Amino acid sequence: MLKINNLKVAVNGKEILKGLDLNVGPGELHAIMGPNGSGKSTLGYALAGRDGYEMTDGSVEFDGQDLSELEPEERAAAGLFLAFQYPVEIPGVNNAYFLRAALNAQRKARGEEEVDSMTFLKTVRESIKTLKMDEALLKRAVNEGFSGGEKKRNEIVQMAVLQPKLAILDETDSGLDIDALKLVAEGINGLRDGKRSFVVITHYQRLLDYLTPDRVHVLSDGRIVESGGQELSQRLEAEGYAFLEETAA
Amino acid sequence: MNQTVEQVNQVIQQRYKAGFYTDIESDRVRAGLDEEIIAMISAKKEEPSWLLEWRLKAFHHWQTMREPNWAHLKVPAIDLQKIHYYAAPKQKNRPKSLDEVDPKLLETFDKLGVPLHERARLAGVAVDAVFDSVSVGTTFQKELKEAGVIFCSFSEAVKEHPELVREYLGSVVPFTDNYFAALNSAVFSDGSFVYIPANTRCPMELSTYFRINARDTGQFERTLIIAEPGSEVSYLEGCTAPMRDENQLHAAVVELVARKKAKIKYSTVQNWYPGDENGKGGIYNFVTKRGDCREDDARISWTQVETGSAITWKYPSCILRGDRSAGEFYSVALTHNHQQADTGTKMIHLGKDTTSKIISKGISAGHSNNSYRGLVRIAKRAENARNYTQCDSLLIGKTCGAHTFPYIESANSTAKVEHEATTSRIGEDQLFYCRARGLDEEDAVAMIVDGFCKEVFKELPMEFAVEAKALLEISLEGAVG
Repeated sequence: MLKINNLKVAVNGKEILKGLDLNVGPGELHAIMGPNGSGKSTLGYALAGRDGYEMTDGSVEFDGQDLSELEPEERAAAGLFLAFQYPVEIPGVNNAYFLRAALNAQRKARGEEEVDSMTFLKTVRESIKTLKMDEALLKRAVNEGFSGGEKKRNEIVQMAVLQPKLAILDETDSGLDIDALKLVAEGINGLRDGKRSFVVITHYQRLLDYLTPDRVHVLSDGRIVESGGQELSQRLEAEGYAFLEETAA
Repeated sequence: MNQTVEQVNQVIQQRYKAGFYTDIESDRVRAGLDEEIIAMISAKKEEPSWLLEWRLKAFHHWQTMREPNWAHLKVPAIDLQKIHYYAAPKQKNRPKSLDEVDPKLLETFDKLGVPLHERARLAGVAVDAVFDSVSVGTTFQKELKEAGVIFCSFSEAVKEHPELVREYLGSVVPFTDNYFAALNSAVFSDGSFVYIPANTRCPMELSTYFRINARDTGQFERTLIIAEPGSEVSYLEGCTAPMRDENQLHAAVVELVARKKAKIKYSTVQNWYPGDENGKGGIYNFVTKRGDCREDDARISWTQVETGSAITWKYPSCILRGDRSAGEFYSVALTHNHQQADTGTKMIHLGKDTTSKIISKGISAGHSNNSYRGLVRIAKRAENARNYTQCDSLLIGKTCGAHTFPYIESANSTAKVEHEATTSRIGEDQLFYCRARGLDEEDAVAMIVDGFCKEVFKELPMEFAVEAKALLEISLEGAVG
């Protein structure tokens, strides 16, 4: 699904990712952990195609396509979804209207028919229910006046409606209390169908307790320095990132 | 090479869809501005002598005045002697009904989306269509007459209802008011006239469509709306012009009179040709619009969406004379390329317990400059007057400017005046968020701008809200990237 080979990414001329390799197969959930400043968010933005995140070397293949050739909206239409660490507010734009416009823009780009408002509302309401969100949030402006937790859950609602092939979740767990964390995990698990893949970027082990990742990777100074199973995340939780320095030494 | 030019032209044509020219024989007075020209215009319109005298008085007063220079605008010198002050499509006889109007004219308004013939008319909206200096026809006149409503061209009103015109003309905007109002009073050619009798709610929306067509002319129309006690009316105006390299002058005057408990809602979608991307051509739009809440509990509401014109100088205002009278001003002003706008409102509180509300949204893109200028004045006797002003600016790109000039003058200590202002830039983060969800850049900008303007759009009648939204999208094409 996602094949990253020796990826180097520079931001403002400074190299942040320094040769990253990652392979995520269909249906797999990979966790990427690492200390602050290791390049976790840069990876998310680079994959989604944000301006200023320049791929200087290496290759990224997503579902058989060369990702570097695609605009952000084309990547979205191809089935790539990034759940933002800091979801953006868009004043005056109705949340449901925004999501439907996004869905239909993607469908149009794929040559599919647009969804009518009834079908759309039904889908959204289901995900809202799963995430125990207030339906009134649909009528509010995108993320405007949402609490931190509401913003994060809103990202998961968007993911559920847009049905991507690959979802990258950038610290979706940060700032969530334990109940909200469980709901978000349920939302993610509900979308695991054996085909859809996930890259979960996180600082902490606690979300992974509910997700059972296939692989856990440790990102440090722009490279994957360690990969393993769930036990790796438990070790990180217990020992912190200090052991990385030993590994590197 | 030629092919490229043609392609570029095609793209521009798409951006300004109303930029075509109607090839029609025109009856035009010679260029220049003097007493003889004014007498010619008055004679062509077969006006009574009092009106000619009024025009000449205005002209003599205008000669003592100077162009205003206080606005945040760079206005090139306009040679007023080179303008033709009257141009009208040639007609053998005055058409008695719309069936007799030159098909070329009907076709023009068809193309502009304002069909006039019976079978294609807009449902529920009566239209007065003004082409250069004359009104070519007004729809639904019979239906309105049955309700006692008078809706006709200004020229017709002068002929059919001279007593009303004489009583109210210049009673809100006297010809001494300002340079452009004085000029308009001297040379105005046509416009719309509305009279709503007491306790009558106008059965449909009234609308005037202004079209400039002829070259080297100016359009100087007057609109006068009189709402008798307890009456209610909603009025809309739209305007377009062909694309030309030369600038053309439009200097209109609008006067509204709302008597006791009367309500007037006045909406404008202004789409005059804005000039090309290098700032060549476009309409100079110098307009004086004022409403007088003349008696108690009257209410006047202005809503404007200003996307066109090379230069806009316009301050739709309310005089809140009656006790408990209310004034509102909702505005979206968008400037792109080299457009300049200095627009806002004046709320003059004279009566007790008067209220006013100002919501202004300025959007600047390209190399444009967009200023909000507003005055809230509370007179000494205006006990408990209230004003709320919200003034937001949105910048797209880094070469445009947004400015805010609020003036507050309060002579009564019981007054409450609130002012809020924000300036923001369309964020790269907002754009990226939208694009990461699958929206392309232009749709994303349109959506963000639409959200920004929401409070104003919801004041517009349905069909116009849709048009205004589409217009903003077109006007913003190429604003990013």
